[in-house]
Amino acid sequence: MTSLPGSGLRVALFATCFNDTMWPETPRAVVTVLERLGVSVDFPLEQTCCGQMFTNTGYAREALPLVERFADVFEEYDAVVAPSGSCVGSVRHQHAGVARGCGRPALADRATAAAGKVYELSELLIDVLGVTDVGATFPHRVTYHPTCHSLRMLRVADKPLRLLREVRGIELVDLPEAEECCGFGGTFAMKNSDTSVAMGADKAQHVRETRAEVLVAGDNSCLAHIGGLLTRQRSGTRVMHLAEVLASTERDFAAANELGGPPYAAGARDGREATA
Amino acid sequence: MSGTFLGMPSFQAAAKEALGNAQQRRNLEHATRTIRGKRAQVVAELDDWEGLRRTAAAIKDNVLTHLDSYLLQLEESLTRAGATVHWASDAEEANRIITGLVRATGTDEVVKVKSMATQEIGLNEALEEAGIRAWETDLAELIVQLGHDRPSHILVPAVHRNRAEIREIFLREMGQVGAPPPAVLTSDPRELAEAARVHLREKFLRARVAVSGANFAVADTGTLVVVESEGNGRMCLTLPETLISVVGIEKVVPRLEDLEVFLQLLPRSSTGERMNPYTSTWTGVTPGDGPQDVHVVLLDNGRTDALADSVGRQALRCIRCSACLNVCPVYQRVGGHAYGSVYPGPIGAILNPQLRGTTSEVDQSLPYASSLCGACGDVCPVGIEIPDLIVHLRTRVVDEHRGGVPSGEQLAMKGAAWLFADHRRWEKAQKGAELGGRVLGGKDTIGRLPGPLAAWSDARDAPTPPAETFRTWWKREKGGRR
Repeated sequence: MTSLPGSGLRVALFATCFNDTMWPETPRAVVTVLERLGVSVDFPLEQTCCGQMFTNTGYAREALPLVERFADVFEEYDAVVAPSGSCVGSVRHQHAGVARGCGRPALADRATAAAGKVYELSELLIDVLGVTDVGATFPHRVTYHPTCHSLRMLRVADKPLRLLREVRGIELVDLPEAEECCGFGGTFAMKNSDTSVAMGADKAQHVRETRAEVLVAGDNSCLAHIGGLLTRQRSGTRVMHLAEVLASTERDFAAANELGGPPYAAGARDGREATA
Repeated sequence: MSGTFLGMPSFQAAAKEALGNAQQRRNLEHATRTIRGKRAQVVAELDDWEGLRRTAAAIKDNVLTHLDSYLLQLEESLTRAGATVHWASDAEEANRIITGLVRATGTDEVVKVKSMATQEIGLNEALEEAGIRAWETDLAELIVQLGHDRPSHILVPAVHRNRAEIREIFLREMGQVGAPPPAVLTSDPRELAEAARVHLREKFLRARVAVSGANFAVADTGTLVVVESEGNGRMCLTLPETLISVVGIEKVVPRLEDLEVFLQLLPRSSTGERMNPYTSTWTGVTPGDGPQDVHVVLLDNGRTDALADSVGRQALRCIRCSACLNVCPVYQRVGGHAYGSVYPGPIGAILNPQLRGTTSEVDQSLPYASSLCGACGDVCPVGIEIPDLIVHLRTRVVDEHRGGVPSGEQLAMKGAAWLFADHRRWEKAQKGAELGGRVLGGKDTIGRLPGPLAAWSDARDAPTPPAETFRTWWKREKGGRR
């Protein structure tokens, strides 16, 4: 294999503030997958947050400096990847509007240009690199939840499923009512927690109907909500980001079997083990 | 009937109560799921649904941009056709005009065609105060009225009721206000419909005044259009001597040909039918045929306020199909009453705060009654970007609260924005998370969170932070690269 699909490509990773802090295993998995495909990955340290939480709660003025920071940090790159449909959705669909609404038309133009280079992970893999088989192995029964913003804001359609179908050993089962919102909705989960939980309870029920071991999605925020319900119910089903499934290889399983558990799984966070 | 929503609690509080109503949730889930499936099927039959949507949006946007001239044209056409045009700036003025018109006929009752505009202005209550009884003739509105209930859906206002409940309402209430139901009545829909038919027939034949709304008002001909399923509307529109129609000023379309677009979009989006059973059109007075005394009340009631908002005005494209309600996961679970308005669901979340303003607790809470899942925007037949408008109105609510003593939320948002404004600050904050992760050791989730965070942990375990952020790992492992 002399030429890998990503050879010569320099991609900036936008980890997203949530993943950077709470789920580092996800951006690490993105690095693993992309480097395996020959991509050179950068992580500009000046990045913080896309501002989605502020924008969607009504705090556009607080989001504005983050819109500017995003353009400052990422506009020099040819391509930017983020493991979150929701954050990419905010960059692509909201950044220019926030700038315009705050009376910054020049920034709106910069935001539009920067947003044009930002891809959600499945988009980068399929649309830019042209691969569906990323060389992953994941011998588990899996069901996939298409998150609302990846589905209806980014229109990724079946791209994540096309990637999952190529994973060695995977048993992929359909999730009933898959396209219905899980009820997370950012601050909606707190402001309207009762309705959010009612929606999440139905989603969790559908997940359990599939008898999958692992629920996979492209947004850890939605997974925290559904997963929080599943663990509260002691359901025995775990949640996992798409990137982590795609990063898993046969070698990981061989190593993990010796340690007595699968890699990247709940309870086996590398960062935590490093300090244990 | 209590049709007024003043003093309604915020959406959050009302939703909590509604979520506990098991029967209602069952009824709503069944009804919305059924109608959602029917809609998807008939929409898929058309080759160019997107083209129709775009055309409809363009027609409506043109009307909204030139609303002043289209309204004057409509007034001229209506007057030429023998109708009398009245202008009402708000609900009170509209109710005063209509009450006066009914009184002038010397009657003390009216029959009503299902109409959102008259629900919006609380006409029934205003007439009742003036000693005039208003009889709803749409089957679902009749159920709501007889049940001393409030509508919970734009198209099917009794969607929260099932057959057994309707039977019980008919048996208890019908005889007190007119022809009673048969002594033996089952919950078979045909029997229930027959009971309503007999009950309403008496009122149709007696009534001298009818009140309607209109789905469309054609500017160049002065033609009003009512789209319905039961034919009860047509009875009202043809039998009485006097017909009073309350029409929101955004209902204008320029030409009769424009109906071609809307009459394809509306039934498919609302009832999931290719075509609705009854489409009635009338142009002023036709001598010797139908009502000879025809009035049209053009209603503003906050619409020009919405028009003044260059982003928010999109909501005035709405043709009241209720597709956004049927597809909304929040509406499906909570139902319509929690929205505190005759306009519930996603369209209610963007329409009410614009028509009524954002001074009340409920109107401030409505833009937050959404998980921003985007399903509503996808089905809207006139292409209203509902999620974007929801965010827009949240921004308005937040901005209106700036300047006073900051709330907990405002402080939290300001604090978070300050942290994110500089990556070095943000990294320091992350160190705290890492410390927390180390303290919590091997725990992946936590069951109880303190203070306001309990809203999360009451029903959901919460994730714990890892001992090492991605950033720390990157610096250690790949630091030389960047």
